[in-house]
Amino acid sequence: MSTASVPLPNWITYGLMPFLNLVVAFLISGVVVWFIGENPLEAVKLLLQGALGNGEGIGFTLYYATNFIFTGLSVAVAYHAGLFNIGSEGQAYVGGLGAALASLALDHYVPWYVTMPFAVIGAAIFGAAWALIPAWLQAKRGSHIVITTIMFNFIGAAMMVYLLVHVLIVPGKMAPETRVFLEGGQLPKLDWLIALFGGRLGAAPFNVSFLIALVMCVAVWLLIWRTKLGYEIRTLGASSTAAVYAGIPYVKTVIITMLISGGLAGMMALNPVLGASARLQVEFVGGAGFVGIAVSLMGRSHPLGIVLAAVLFGVLYQGGDALSFDMPKITRDMIVVIQGLVILFAGALEYLFRPAIVRVWQRFGKA
Amino acid sequence: MENLDLISILGSTIRLSIPLIFTALAGLFTERAGVFDIGLEGKMLFSAFAAAVAAFMTGSPWLGLLAGITVSVLISLIHGFASITNRGNQIVSGVAINFLASGLTAVLGQAWFSQGGRTPPLAASARFTEIVFPYAAELREMGFFGRFYANVISGHNILTYLAFLAVPAAWWVLYRTRFGLRLRAVGENPGAVDTAGISVTWLRYRATICAGILCGCAGTYLSIAQSAGFVKDMSAGKGYIALAALIFAKWRPVPVMLACLLFGFLDAFANFMQGKSVPGIGEVPVQIFQALPYVLTCVLLAGFIGVARPPKAGGVPYVKER
Repeated sequence: MSTASVPLPNWITYGLMPFLNLVVAFLISGVVVWFIGENPLEAVKLLLQGALGNGEGIGFTLYYATNFIFTGLSVAVAYHAGLFNIGSEGQAYVGGLGAALASLALDHYVPWYVTMPFAVIGAAIFGAAWALIPAWLQAKRGSHIVITTIMFNFIGAAMMVYLLVHVLIVPGKMAPETRVFLEGGQLPKLDWLIALFGGRLGAAPFNVSFLIALVMCVAVWLLIWRTKLGYEIRTLGASSTAAVYAGIPYVKTVIITMLISGGLAGMMALNPVLGASARLQVEFVGGAGFVGIAVSLMGRSHPLGIVLAAVLFGVLYQGGDALSFDMPKITRDMIVVIQGLVILFAGALEYLFRPAIVRVWQRFGKA
Repeated sequence: MENLDLISILGSTIRLSIPLIFTALAGLFTERAGVFDIGLEGKMLFSAFAAAVAAFMTGSPWLGLLAGITVSVLISLIHGFASITNRGNQIVSGVAINFLASGLTAVLGQAWFSQGGRTPPLAASARFTEIVFPYAAELREMGFFGRFYANVISGHNILTYLAFLAVPAAWWVLYRTRFGLRLRAVGENPGAVDTAGISVTWLRYRATICAGILCGCAGTYLSIAQSAGFVKDMSAGKGYIALAALIFAKWRPVPVMLACLLFGFLDAFANFMQGKSVPGIGEVPVQIFQALPYVLTCVLLAGFIGVARPPKAGGVPYVKER
């Protein structure tokens, strides 16, 4: 008999199974580390120390986590509607343009807290705009959103490089980037938050975007589970034919969902562009959009789960950086390997252990 | 002068199209069988690395090709295991494969050779080198067709000719064999195939194996035919362009080849136009050519150039019992 349809309690589905999948992913990562001739246990120790050992490490970890919260939320909102937005990467990239334009326009005249709302709105609008055409193609023409958003990632990348090389570049400079924003166009660091726990932030670019990300988590939770639109989104995700039969407008809901998703992805740009480097640079997203897919999957598309998963990936990023300093044989690419394994086991192979767990559960747990 | 440029652009069009043709044909097999394959890029990268390492170790390009194909098939089987047996999300599995490929090839390359993720340069005997057709040198001097023969038809490596053979072969397998008929059926209506007593699982696995073999050729071409070694992230998005070509060609073998040649031509033309200015317009930014394959595909999907209808059961894992 097949085990696919046997119901399991929530703590197994949402707790034990993701945990087991993660353990396998990390075990295999350990094998890779051992295979190239380093001690995996030593590597784990260095990784955790680098990510959580001091205020600066924690600052970097949370800085990376902020990126992943935004992109994770972006993927999750679309996922609730049954849409797979693989274009958060491109939407975040273009969102950076909106955020940077707001800063470039305002930083001479006003303090950061006036610039911030404009930058947030600019990033969200540009990100949403980049999701509009794929959304329209999905809603009206039935083109698969995965395909169109992949295409738009590449179109966006080409467009941004063009703009940075030919339009936004500082005349006379070689580097394809905008000018450095003045203080009025930057988001301040959260050194006081780290100091509250007795740490020192140091050079870590942990900034106000983190708080914006947390606000967005609450907003997404309210949207999905406490509003009419959220109900429509979830109905659409559960069964689009049933949703249409119940009178939920398909085209409108798909497009609005994708605009929200793109907007959240666009806001991710606040963190690196306004918070860290204070200028718009080529390739600043650096794969965070794709990590968002993993984060959303592991967090089961729930904001709380997304925060936890984002922090986990933040630890991997920052810890991996520290690790590559201490173990020269392990390059930064090791993080990419671990990410790949986590996505494979926590995402694509998420039901790997389900049959075994069901058998154990049926024998011992049901009593 | 004008002709000479055209000939050299066409020559490099062929060279740039080959990995696209192999990879898009690979996608043709999996997607026609109802398995989405975002991981084409990763498979190409994995096989490029394996081929370069094997060719360096053994000195034989054929063993390199074998290694490239073997690794690529193994990765395809992982994709199959995740998306066919485990009914996992096919897109996620593909994304994972791309991450793994990018990371693992760089980590292993650095650990084994310590050259920043590169493999050591290969000697000519360990590569697939150009095959010069008879009388190419003599005909080079004889007008347009002579140059066309010498630069576009002759002077490529064996994998290039293999790619152009793979196109009719793929057509024959898909449209003229029992396996091909069933493969196309399983991508449209797996339930019907199952009712006929044919295993959906085994059929889809065979489709992914075919894709693995073709991706292996693409990766091998990149690292030991086109270049003389593996460079970190050398697939550089070609897997995605191949995916775009596959859609642009509406999932049919011969149009796939034409779409790949078109996208290869755009790439070659962009290289040629770099730094040159067009009278009246000025220098055309290279980014326009880079974005054009994707823009064209989106325009096609929008329904302005016919309708692209994907295999009906694409992306949906097959569940036998209801």
